[in-house]
Amino acid sequence: MSLLAGPEGPSADAGWDHDHERKGFFTDTSICIGCKACEVACKEWNRNPIDGNLEILGSSYDNTGELGANTWRHVAFVEQGQERIEEARESGRKLVSLGMPGIGPKSSGKRGATPAGDLSDVDRTPPDTPEFRWLMSSDVCKHCTNAGCLDVCPTGAIFRSEYGSVVVQQDVCNGCGTCVSACPFGVIERRDDGTVSPFAVREEEDPRRNTASKCTLCYDRLVDGEQPACSATCPTQSITFGDHPDLTADAKQRVADLHERGMTEARLYGANPKDGVGGTGSVFLLLDEPEVYGLPPDPQVPTKALPKLYARTGIAAAGMVAAVALSFLGARR
Amino acid sequence: MQDFANADLIVIEGSNMAEAHPVAFQWVIEARKRGSRVIHVDPRFTRTSANADRHIPIRTGTDIVLLGGVIRHVLENELYFKEYVQAYTNASTLISEAYGDPEDLDGLFSGYDPETGTYDNTTWAYAGDPDAIARGLPERDETLQHPRTVFQILKRHYARYTPEMVQETCGIAPEDFEYLASSIAENSGREKTTMFAYALGWTQHQGGAQMIRTSGILQLLMGNMGRPGGGIMALRGHATIQGSTDIPTLYHILPGYLPMPKAGQDDFDEYTRLVGKKEQKGFWANADIYTINLLKAWWGKHATAENDWAYHHLPRLTGAHGTYQTVMRMLEGGVDGYFLFGQNPAVGSANGRMQRLGLTHLKWMVVRDFYMIESATFWKDGPEIESGELSPEQIGTEMFFLPAANHTEKAGSFTQTQRMVQWRDQAVEPPGDAKSDLEFMYELGRRVREKLKDSSDPRDRPILELTWDYPVNEHGEPDAEAVLAEINGRHISGERAGQPLASFGEMKDDGSTSGGCWIYSGVYADGINRARKRTPGQEQDETAAEWGWAWPGNRRILYNRASADPEGRPWSERKKWVWWDEETGTWTGKDVPDFPPTKRPDDPGDPGKGGVAALAGNDAFTMQSDGRGWLFAPTGMVDGPLPTHYESPESNIPNPLYPQQSNPTRVTFQDEDNLSSPGASAQGGEVYPYVFTTYRITEHHTAGGMSRFLPYLSELQPEMYCEVSPELAAEIGLEPYGWATIISARNAIEAKVLVTERMTPLHVGGRTVHQIGLPFHWGRGSAAVVQGDGANDLIGMNLDANTQIQNSKNNSCTILPGRRPRGPGRAELVEEYRRRAGLIPALHPQVDGAEGAPGAGPATGGTPHEVRGPEEATAVPTGEPSMKEMRNR
Amino acid sequence: MARKTFLDWPVIRQLRGADPTGRGTAVTSPRTRSTMPRTAEADGVVDSVCPYCAVGCSQRVFHKDGRVINIEGNPDSPVSRGRLCPKGAASEQLANSYLRQTKVRYRRPYGTEWEDLDLDTAMDMIADRFLEARRKHWEDEDEQGNPLRRTMGIASLGGATIDNEENYLIKKFFTAAGAIQMENQARI
Repeated sequence: MSLLAGPEGPSADAGWDHDHERKGFFTDTSICIGCKACEVACKEWNRNPIDGNLEILGSSYDNTGELGANTWRHVAFVEQGQERIEEARESGRKLVSLGMPGIGPKSSGKRGATPAGDLSDVDRTPPDTPEFRWLMSSDVCKHCTNAGCLDVCPTGAIFRSEYGSVVVQQDVCNGCGTCVSACPFGVIERRDDGTVSPFAVREEEDPRRNTASKCTLCYDRLVDGEQPACSATCPTQSITFGDHPDLTADAKQRVADLHERGMTEARLYGANPKDGVGGTGSVFLLLDEPEVYGLPPDPQVPTKALPKLYARTGIAAAGMVAAVALSFLGARR
Repeated sequence: MQDFANADLIVIEGSNMAEAHPVAFQWVIEARKRGSRVIHVDPRFTRTSANADRHIPIRTGTDIVLLGGVIRHVLENELYFKEYVQAYTNASTLISEAYGDPEDLDGLFSGYDPETGTYDNTTWAYAGDPDAIARGLPERDETLQHPRTVFQILKRHYARYTPEMVQETCGIAPEDFEYLASSIAENSGREKTTMFAYALGWTQHQGGAQMIRTSGILQLLMGNMGRPGGGIMALRGHATIQGSTDIPTLYHILPGYLPMPKAGQDDFDEYTRLVGKKEQKGFWANADIYTINLLKAWWGKHATAENDWAYHHLPRLTGAHGTYQTVMRMLEGGVDGYFLFGQNPAVGSANGRMQRLGLTHLKWMVVRDFYMIESATFWKDGPEIESGELSPEQIGTEMFFLPAANHTEKAGSFTQTQRMVQWRDQAVEPPGDAKSDLEFMYELGRRVREKLKDSSDPRDRPILELTWDYPVNEHGEPDAEAVLAEINGRHISGERAGQPLASFGEMKDDGSTSGGCWIYSGVYADGINRARKRTPGQEQDETAAEWGWAWPGNRRILYNRASADPEGRPWSERKKWVWWDEETGTWTGKDVPDFPPTKRPDDPGDPGKGGVAALAGNDAFTMQSDGRGWLFAPTGMVDGPLPTHYESPESNIPNPLYPQQSNPTRVTFQDEDNLSSPGASAQGGEVYPYVFTTYRITEHHTAGGMSRFLPYLSELQPEMYCEVSPELAAEIGLEPYGWATIISARNAIEAKVLVTERMTPLHVGGRTVHQIGLPFHWGRGSAAVVQGDGANDLIGMNLDANTQIQNSKNNSCTILPGRRPRGPGRAELVEEYRRRAGLIPALHPQVDGAEGAPGAGPATGGTPHEVRGPEEATAVPTGEPSMKEMRNR
Repeated sequence: MARKTFLDWPVIRQLRGADPTGRGTAVTSPRTRSTMPRTAEADGVVDSVCPYCAVGCSQRVFHKDGRVINIEGNPDSPVSRGRLCPKGAASEQLANSYLRQTKVRYRRPYGTEWEDLDLDTAMDMIADRFLEARRKHWEDEDEQGNPLRRTMGIASLGGATIDNEENYLIKKFFTAAGAIQMENQARI
């Protein structure tokens, strides 16, 4: 466990005095229908510019490509044949035998969640391996327990919110871009340009231009007791929002259910607090290896060595405080 | 929608539900999570298939063979729901001795007239005494053994629809067929129900209405109608496309599905008896009452018993006057003015070129929309301007673009796909000159009436005598709720004068009540706008009867009497919905019973009285004249009482079942711009060797008027594309994400290429059939965020005779690598292929007799057909004058 | 903005407070500390229905100063349960797209450009043309002498995305005027 996130969770370490759990997403890609409502609801709420040059990208039905400064939810489309599906089943089976949880009682249903119901009727025979499948998965900022972007931000523009999410303050950010290289998922980016209208007709300028930009877990909705725009709109609730421990429990249960039904390709991503980023606030259920979806298989926070650096930084900071204090004293004269 | 979650099996066929109705698909996901099975039958592997237990690829247009095969399977193996079939369907009814089946007549039903290309349906009638038949009591054989029972006819009719025939016709492997058939059989009956969902994948065929009928027959046989998790869900595509059919802006009906009168129907009683006879069973026996109430709503005090309630104010039809007939008339110069209310035919209607050319022949046109859609700018930047064929200086159409208020800028109701009426409140005022269509129409009517106020011309009386006095607000906007109240109806005289009707049951035939649409009566009962009911779903049971209002009478599942057995008991605890409560002597349950509330299950009915009184206690199908679900439809369908398979006119596959290649009643229009590939009926068919089918995708909406103008939707799917299999791509040399040109007998378009295993070549009739997918959302103009060639430019105006809807789903083309030519080269390319196919006479003299030429003589009333299509003459005859010069026939 | 004091400096807050690593409370800007959703400033919110497909998803429309500022799903609906597809989720842009037309546009016959036109004038011109086309293509009876009482000079298309009440008025008025060629998306 890294020094940077204690057992109270990441937000407690950031000085928040509150009584709510860490919040996050559970994205169950096994019920994603690839409608991209999450992308639109996100852009609409956050008034983010459109991406790209309005040409087909060459990646199945995906035309926004990847997460970036303007696209904070991104749906990947992956077409696969039988051989790859069998490999995925095998690799998933192995993962689970390495310590997936057993079947426990379902957690209580959230809004729109399927009630636990009686599954005794469910057909337990493993399905034939299909000849073909089309995977869809909505990606988003992971809101890491140990967030590289946050660790390296030299201006204090990025902060850990009371919900455990990692949020950029565009009014503080000076656009230095240090955070961009610190994200092991390639999520955060600097917004170069843009308004909602296409490039050809952009007139007004986005005040958030030239600042770092990424998913805020809809910080401005959470403060009002609302859930993020993407999970609120998700037609099949492939994206759910909630307390991180509940979501993780739901996610594990869902994996167990799918394995029961023979879909041994199911596995979780980001639910392991011992991984290179201390686990993520956004947990995913995948049906294949992470790379297939464009996710790094073993993400590492680049500031792992930070504890060592930290001591030295502390000394430097103390010196700086003294200097600043002196300058204030000087100003009052 | 919620009822999807009650299904044990969901068969989605002719619909791409996850893409076209994503939010409704949450209920399919719920069903799957509960362990239900989902099967998707579709030519393409789509986002729906990706979330189904199995995708079964099918050759487009062969659904009747597949479902006919399932019908055969359940009949031969006695897997149908016997008690249900016996009690609630017309299986035991005897059919006229004169009836002849396509199995015996080479693919035609009895009664076909090759001269007119139409059927006389008298030989399809029930057997028995005419008066008894009229009272819904035809001859029956309850043992189902008589050879003329519907049951035996059905068995014979589908006897050749074997798994082998399914494979040979649909390209579906026997194990996939077995999976579908046994899934349906296992998930139907007392304890389980199967639901079908379809959309335009069935409707848009020449024979599409019969595809829907086939699933209707199957669902009746399996006992899945009127029950929770059963039925057939028509997934309609527009916010109030259901409402605009109920309260139609359609030529052939009046509100509440009353037919528009035809020329010669000048006796009011005769007209209403054609709709419903007083002595027949069920609710249609009161057709006269519904009509009188409509006429009272429209003409108020001017509608009296003496003048047949102003029935003679109604204009008369002389055949079909659908949107495609209107385009032909435009091209003749016969239409001066055209109104578009949020519609974009230059992109969204079949044969885009003819649509646009039609618009150039108008004197004036009013476009009411949010954006500068292609139908508003065709004169400036349409494809025919781009090619140099036309210029604005040559187009005389006077254009009025009137900005429209959107759904947040006006109050009013939409009726969604399960007949539920929902009210919208107004959030803001419309910007600038934008107005609601309500205000536009009211204001236009007001001005026209003002201009005519001194007229003594009898032609103007219907306008001047019209009730046209709605309260308006300070902006001149009429009160939509006042219009809804008129639709609901009210008492005009008597003690309750002025009060809203509680239901259509209160409507009278003496002029003391009025109501603009009988099936909507009750939506404003007690003066409460029930469409505005919004009790949160979380506070209600699964029926959620207090959210919105569903016609008729807030029933959520139609014919729900059938959810109980003949004795009135639920078929099973698991599937209980509506049942008879002996203690209270009423029907009760989770829904409003779709049955006379106190009629006992053992009530024999009173045939002497007719109407609702004549219904027996187990006549569950209360709208049918005999109270039964119709496996065999003696009336109502113009192309046969049973669905039977025909190939699409452009199909290169000979019909494996009959010598009759294509639907003999199909409608087409002869025009140099509306040519068809001869398909299998002549040699040139091989010039267009591939099948193409069109569809919508999640990210866009229909012709793009509400999506291609929105940056957030445009970026998700910016360009027109085609979907092809890797096999076809290899055969033609198509590069992934490169360009392709697709050529049909009508036009040529270009599209980016998606090479994908989601498209499967099928092996049918000894050949490989390649199907090409084309979304239809793009069009050529300059105002939208994104543009592209329109798939509808490839499609002909070839219609289903029942519905007058075009065949968008099954046409032939060829495909080439690279972009299409610019300028006149595009037309030359199309010509070149027409010439090769023998569609152009000069270089390829016609030798096959050209029997498809339209016969002489005017159409008789009620035969809505342009040009019939006897088989041998699918190719357009040479030297014929264009239909532009021919009268509507 | 209030003048910064020494104690407001993030680094001081960092050292003084419970956020010694300077990644939480210590670095929040005043704007962050006063974050509220834009819907909180709405003048009101009304219940509506999505204008795209026929599922009939319920929408909540937030508005401020006479403009729609946000549209999202209404969780109360038993049909949609608060969810919207990409089109429904984009419907605020449907109202506010930079391409939205709000002025009457007129193109004279054989004209090459759009022109401005006053709405009242436009309505009057349309009413005149309606009457003229109606008269010109009027049919009293067919060849057999059966009454027809109709005009073939006027046609319309549309209605599947407008309201029931609007369709009712169109059907009522056009029928009374004898204009039978009235169609909508339901036949396409």
